[in-house]
Amino acid sequence: MIGFISYLVNGISLGSVYAIIALGYTMVYGIAKMLNFAHGDVIMIGAFVVFSTVSGAGLPPVIGVLISVVACTLLGMAIERIAYKPLRKASKLAVLITAIGVSYFLQNVALLIYGANTKSFTSVVTIEPLTLADGALVISGETIVTVAACIIIMIGLMTFMKYSKSGRAMLAVSEDSGAAQLMGVNVNSTIALTFAIGSALAAIAGVLLCSSYPSLTPYTGSMPGIKAFVAAVFGGIGSIPGAFIGGILLGVIEILGKAYVSSQLADAIVFAVLIIVLLVKPTGLLGKQIQEKV
Amino acid sequence: MALLEVKNLGISFGGLRAVDDFNLTIEQGELYGLIGPNGAGKTTIFNLLTGVYKPTDGYIMLDGENITGKKTIEINRHGIARTFQNIRLFSELTVLDNVKAGLHNHHPYSTLTGILRLPKYYRVEKEMNERAMELLKVFGLDKEAYYKASNLPYGQQRKLEIARALATDPKLLLLDEPAAGMNPNETQELMKTIRFVRDEFHMTILLIEHDMKLVSGICERLTVLNFGQILAEGETTAVLNDPKVIAAYLGE
Amino acid sequence: MNGMKTKTHNLSRTTKSNIITYGIVVAAYIIVEIFLRAGMVSSLLEGLLVPLCMYVILAVSLNLTVGISGELSLGHAGFMCVGAFSSAFFSRCMEEMIPAAGIRFTLAILIGTVFAALFGILIGVPVLRLKGDYLAIVTLAFGEIIKNVVNVIYLGRDSRGFHISTKDSISLGLEQGGDVIIKGPQGITGTPNDSTFLIGVVLILITLFIVINLINSRTGRAIMAIRDNRIAAESIGINVTKYKLLAFSVSAALAGTAGVLYAHNLSTLQAQPKNFGYNMSITILVFVVLGGIGNIRGSMIAAVVLTLLPELLRGLNDYRMLIYAVILIATMIFTSSPGGQEIQERIKLFFERKKTKEA
Repeated sequence: MIGFISYLVNGISLGSVYAIIALGYTMVYGIAKMLNFAHGDVIMIGAFVVFSTVSGAGLPPVIGVLISVVACTLLGMAIERIAYKPLRKASKLAVLITAIGVSYFLQNVALLIYGANTKSFTSVVTIEPLTLADGALVISGETIVTVAACIIIMIGLMTFMKYSKSGRAMLAVSEDSGAAQLMGVNVNSTIALTFAIGSALAAIAGVLLCSSYPSLTPYTGSMPGIKAFVAAVFGGIGSIPGAFIGGILLGVIEILGKAYVSSQLADAIVFAVLIIVLLVKPTGLLGKQIQEKV
Repeated sequence: MALLEVKNLGISFGGLRAVDDFNLTIEQGELYGLIGPNGAGKTTIFNLLTGVYKPTDGYIMLDGENITGKKTIEINRHGIARTFQNIRLFSELTVLDNVKAGLHNHHPYSTLTGILRLPKYYRVEKEMNERAMELLKVFGLDKEAYYKASNLPYGQQRKLEIARALATDPKLLLLDEPAAGMNPNETQELMKTIRFVRDEFHMTILLIEHDMKLVSGICERLTVLNFGQILAEGETTAVLNDPKVIAAYLGE
Repeated sequence: MNGMKTKTHNLSRTTKSNIITYGIVVAAYIIVEIFLRAGMVSSLLEGLLVPLCMYVILAVSLNLTVGISGELSLGHAGFMCVGAFSSAFFSRCMEEMIPAAGIRFTLAILIGTVFAALFGILIGVPVLRLKGDYLAIVTLAFGEIIKNVVNVIYLGRDSRGFHISTKDSISLGLEQGGDVIIKGPQGITGTPNDSTFLIGVVLILITLFIVINLINSRTGRAIMAIRDNRIAAESIGINVTKYKLLAFSVSAALAGTAGVLYAHNLSTLQAQPKNFGYNMSITILVFVVLGGIGNIRGSMIAAVVLTLLPELLRGLNDYRMLIYAVILIATMIFTSSPGGQEIQERIKLFFERKKTKEA
């Protein structure tokens, strides 16, 4: 029983990381209607910035994380401005391929700077682990920080979307960018802001992911990026609570699958669950149903 | 026996009753009009007749066969073809291929025959080309046969949609606002074409239209729809002079 | 009369274009053979010849799904994986029974192709109801599942027959002298190296023949009609599910063929992220998009150029993949952005003016 709870906690922890990445994914998808394949690589860049500043330059972790968030925010906005903005009216496929190009680009920049060898990432979390049930269940500081960060970010984002002017502009653009523009919303700056927020979240996710799973390579962000996207689709892409629920569920399924079925089949189980959910509910758990008008 | 017989047809979307107790009888060879203000449920009736929506009540008989609740492709095989209010052509295909796609079920050969280029492929493709060109000629589109459909001017796109529908060799042709977006000259020409189609192909036609000139010019009988229900029906002139109909159009 | 004229003119135009496509393949083969005989091909490039054929088949077959059928699939590598493993398994088992490499490899190709087609149908039936990005992510998911499942399969043979396990080789409980054919993550070793450049080129020609003839037939017209407007296609009696599935499974089958070629070019076949993962599917998609959606010859050329590009950039060493990425982004912006299209128009105008001046 304790074993199960321990796995569950690990699952929620991993799921929280997926949820944070998925939040960025889902916001960008909702507004720019594009699969940003490079999102996962922004995570990796975020983790490397912390690696350089904290393990390399010896700065305090908090400063390192702040620098990473700022760097990724700027990076996200730069990517949007240079690679995606010219393609605002292009076909979805053209944008997808460009995003893949950006993904290759970021991976190879990291490869040039840091090499292909796995770097060991030092956790930025200094909180003492929580010991429960007479030491049978230990909840690590990383888990506590990750889950707390995820909840704070989700609530923060929902509040921002609901009450701030920019947040409502985002909702408007995601609903109908043409109409939003006619109503005086600056679509370009709204999209830029979305990328900024999404990339800042990616930086945080990168740090948290590597604090719990400390091996860092230029390809570290790729699979979590894909899985976070799966989480976003799972929960209903475009929906913030959907991304949260999807992320947590995915993390839990993955860890329980690893523990009880087979570590090699864990990913297959995650993907199988996604397929089943989409076949039953084609727009995800909390997604909106849209019917084509004849 | 009537070609089309619709009894007590109705559909609800959630709580909204979009069409209620709709009845319609069309005789073979008739040119019938379905009119009414925007949002009256005209296109919904087309969608019910062609199986895009399944009716919640009532039945539809085509040429003595019950086609209620059948799938769109089955209904097309039973003999109903249609055009769309917002033109739906195969925009990347040529004008000729749009019509040939309409001939799909009448000139069959297997996928393998096509890949292996067996003699049947050449024979059937030739038949299809000839038949498609004949149809295009009727609509004066034969010179544009190798244009991409999306490159045709608007009025010709509407005609191509009718040609494609006719290619499926229907018993009943449904035209959803065929004159929408046309200038008076084009509308005049379209009226001629529709009459020609009816006479030449012995076609039965049901059309939705807002252009009263077209409706009064070619329709023999009309049904007026308002808020999903029949407001009036009968001979065109009589219906158009009905005070209820005038009130519905001009507003009370 | 006029119409008939244009018809013959246009028919010959598609035929001409197809002949050019086949001709390019044959010409490329002859040129490479001449260089090979003259010893002017580096061993590195020589090693790339069969993979090049494989990429061309993958790109052409994926274009059938993405370009002709209009469905975004990110699971193409999964079908390749099915073709590779089913055929390598067959060849390993039959190496002694059918010593004639020609017959054995022909059968292996058929088996890999048929198995991939079966998986195409199996996956296509539930999945093709989804659209756009949802279809993309589900095909990606299926591709990953195939790769992961292959990695846990242990399959051995002894005098009593075949034994399968998902744990390890020992739990197969083979008799003495039993042979473990599929060893989980270690995959299949000792597959006969039957793939040659010539067979690769022949398979490309067959793939082109199937895809081009399919497109220019009643079936192809139906598939493209569905792509352009599903609702209109239904209204004229075209069976949407049937034709979508047909395009998807033919595409999967041909990916399986490419997998056979791949498996019989290596002595060790393993399912790894880099050969059968989503990254491979994406690489193939890049060929298709850069070659031009729906443009078969374009897919072919893009597959060759983009496979060779990193090798040509080898002199630049560490920077080559970075440059590849920049070229990819720049190409997309140039071909698909309003600014890029304007530049293209200007270039076109410039050349046209030059032509008229000369005339």
